[in-house]
Amino acid sequence: MSILESKIPEGPLAEKWNKHKASIKVVSPANKRKLEVIVIGTGLGGASAAASLAELGYKVKSFCYQDSPRRAHSIAAQGGINAAKNYQNDNDSVFRLFHDTIKGGDYRSREANVYRLAEVSPNIIDQCVAQGVPFGREYGGLLANRSFGGVLVSRTFYARGQTGQQLLIGAYQALNRQISKGNVEMYNRHEMLDVVKIDGKARGIVARDLITGEIKRFGAHAVVVASGGYGNVFFLSTMAMGSNGSAAWQCYKKGAFMANPSFVQIHPTCIPVHGDQQSKLTLMSESLRNDGRVWVPKKSEDAKKLQSGEIGANDISEEDRDYYLERRYPSYGNLVPRDVASRAAKERCDEGYGVNSEGKAVFLDFRDAIERLGKNVIEARYGNLFQMYEKITDVDPYKQPMMIYPAIHYSMGGTWVDYNLMSTIPGLYSIGEANFSDHGGNRLGASALMQGLADGYFILPYTIGDYLADEIMTPKTDVSAPEFEEVEKEVIGRLEKLYNIKGTKTVDYFHKKLGQVMWDHAGMSRNAEGLTKAISMIQEIRKDFWKDVKVTGEMDNLNPELEKASRLADFLDIGELMVRDALNRNESCGGHFREESVTEDGEAKRDDKNFANASCWEFKGETEEPVLHIEDLVFENVKLTQRSYK
Amino acid sequence: MADKILKKLNIKVWRQNRASEKGKFETYKIENVSTGSSFLEMMDILNNDLIEKGIDPIAYDHDCREGICGICSLYINGRPHGPDTEVTTCQLHMRKFKEGETIVIEPWRAAAFPVIKDLVVDRIAFEKILQAGGFVSVNTGGVPEANSIPVAYDDAEESMDAASCIGCGACVAACKNSSAMLFVSAKISHLAKLPQGKIEAKQRARNMVAKMDELGFGGCTNTGACEVECPKSISITNIARLNREYLVARISE
Repeated sequence: MSILESKIPEGPLAEKWNKHKASIKVVSPANKRKLEVIVIGTGLGGASAAASLAELGYKVKSFCYQDSPRRAHSIAAQGGINAAKNYQNDNDSVFRLFHDTIKGGDYRSREANVYRLAEVSPNIIDQCVAQGVPFGREYGGLLANRSFGGVLVSRTFYARGQTGQQLLIGAYQALNRQISKGNVEMYNRHEMLDVVKIDGKARGIVARDLITGEIKRFGAHAVVVASGGYGNVFFLSTMAMGSNGSAAWQCYKKGAFMANPSFVQIHPTCIPVHGDQQSKLTLMSESLRNDGRVWVPKKSEDAKKLQSGEIGANDISEEDRDYYLERRYPSYGNLVPRDVASRAAKERCDEGYGVNSEGKAVFLDFRDAIERLGKNVIEARYGNLFQMYEKITDVDPYKQPMMIYPAIHYSMGGTWVDYNLMSTIPGLYSIGEANFSDHGGNRLGASALMQGLADGYFILPYTIGDYLADEIMTPKTDVSAPEFEEVEKEVIGRLEKLYNIKGTKTVDYFHKKLGQVMWDHAGMSRNAEGLTKAISMIQEIRKDFWKDVKVTGEMDNLNPELEKASRLADFLDIGELMVRDALNRNESCGGHFREESVTEDGEAKRDDKNFANASCWEFKGETEEPVLHIEDLVFENVKLTQRSYK
Repeated sequence: MADKILKKLNIKVWRQNRASEKGKFETYKIENVSTGSSFLEMMDILNNDLIEKGIDPIAYDHDCREGICGICSLYINGRPHGPDTEVTTCQLHMRKFKEGETIVIEPWRAAAFPVIKDLVVDRIAFEKILQAGGFVSVNTGGVPEANSIPVAYDDAEESMDAASCIGCGACVAACKNSSAMLFVSAKISHLAKLPQGKIEAKQRARNMVAKMDELGFGGCTNTGACEVECPKSISITNIARLNREYLVARISE
């Protein structure tokens, strides 16, 4: 019997959420005013939660490490947001969105959570429109839709290639309104460095004021972590430079289990790595695969000439092009899910058909779409993406195909939460990308925005009341309590330790080393031997890091190197746990591809008998190995089948 | 198009340890930078060099590095976001610079954006302007069905043009008066072009303009420098719309 209680309500799938809402407690307006909630992060999850909780009457303290809540990395999401509106009359429904998401996640997410996500998705669009989000529209004035990978209907709403930006601005506007009313205290340029528990419950945080370096204590009746994903473990990713896993990791060290940490998404359409001076990878939206065709040369001699620069893409005739996604997956073609598209690109490049000088790129070609629709239409659809591509690569994608390659993009794994989005620490919630619950082994395009806003606008504001209803007699948290003192001491000790190493190597030096190990052994393709080796390699890097890192600047001043060092210390630990989890999960599913578990035609082969579950890790101390707990996933409404996009 | 190596560059950069301390220019040399590198990758290389030499690295704001978060804010060779059009600093690439060149990097210069450290400035004034009215007053839940509010295609597009503002502050940095009119007008237009935002349009214009004036931004004298330097090509026709909205708001008082 697992110690993890998922608290999934009884009853038919379609009635669970309504029944649950009817059964949970509600806090009166007079009591809400006395209750404080801390929200970490101001992306779609954090901003929407902070605003919605403040509207309800709770006193909210909101934190972001950037200079403004509007900078959170949700802003960079390009393509769109899914919702089961069925505006296109193409037979979409809540059940179909639910089914696509469960199947897309390779049957490693919770039915009840995913159904709820699909169920509230139409409300999100209503909410955003009311806030003034300028979604793309048809000439009749109604909302437009586009298609995304892994589905056969058009249910994705968009604002050009800047959907995340516009949704975040909507949530940020709502947040600003609550700040101006005094219901949210906003702490910009503050980074949470630890969570404080009193009598086992989350009661506050310790944070660093990034401008003055001051370590500060903040109390509350509940803490919500909406700090996003940990993809920067890999050094090179599409995440923002400051995106980090530290908030979630400190919660883990205080008792919040981490679930499926090895599940990270590798996005197929990113601008390829050039040279060794790069700090960051750039995503090109999945929506491009609506009109772009992915190909490499059929003949290896053509590939060699491309790699040496002797010929260009346009020199290769139609019959010598291998549109390998259309060839392998005729029914979904270029719109297969991300994990499938990424692996297929890697397979071609590993076979020697890569098209750039490093042999690590494939073409994404708009020639046929431009011929069919005209340049104007393509420009209207993707103009800003084409412009961005040209600025970065100096190549005009209207004339030559884009070059793309997979890159780390999203973490499906994260803090374990129950149906109420509460972690294993009472009063500590995790929402959006920071939690593990909705995307299983692979996230479908345009579903991250949906989840962040679903959690923040429509789920957490209900479920947190059930917990806070029992806290109405709890007085305001006293931050002079010994528990705060102790955590503050730990935090200062950790920072001083890093600062005083005064070694010889920069933070980036160690981060690049960690990233290389992760990419080589825990990236797109994993095996037991490599993963076992990776554990000791990471331990070695960690040992060197704590001996030889050089942190310059001052403790009591803005100090980006200290921030980076502190985050990297946690990435080193997160990386090791990811590798352990990947090693433990001896099956392939979604983005987690174990070379030992492959079907005859090279697809990911699940082992439902042993691994239809979430692997949840419990911290046992710096020198102890973590303990694994299993939450079995029960599927009553979908049949587990080999995922096929043929 | 193939990347070349810039063998030597001089980086003349503003160094200021704290808001309360005096700043000055320092010049550093940097070698072997690929023209395919982004400007901020060049800064990373330089900073790692400096750390190895025991010099405090240059603090600068950067985050998404995809030209959308709006945090990066360098004034390069006399231009906000440097010598390219329609890009943020993070999208600027080294192919825009010449071998042996001296590149001058300063923070945004405006009374309303005080320096925090080196190239990092405090843009909290922008937050305060938006908090004064840059929103539609709706709570979560209880809103009408999305398609019950049709919006003409062109209005949605114009709204989106204005809503593309990333809040970087290049408009203020480019303006000789340090005016925030382009920034404010972008928010006013974004919401005024949509039926949802029209209801509070007058109040919004009044409150945001009053807050902008209070925070020490200068007046607009229509030089158009902001539009030229805006990485998202926000048009100054938005300023005309703001003036119109503001006038209507004042007349109806």
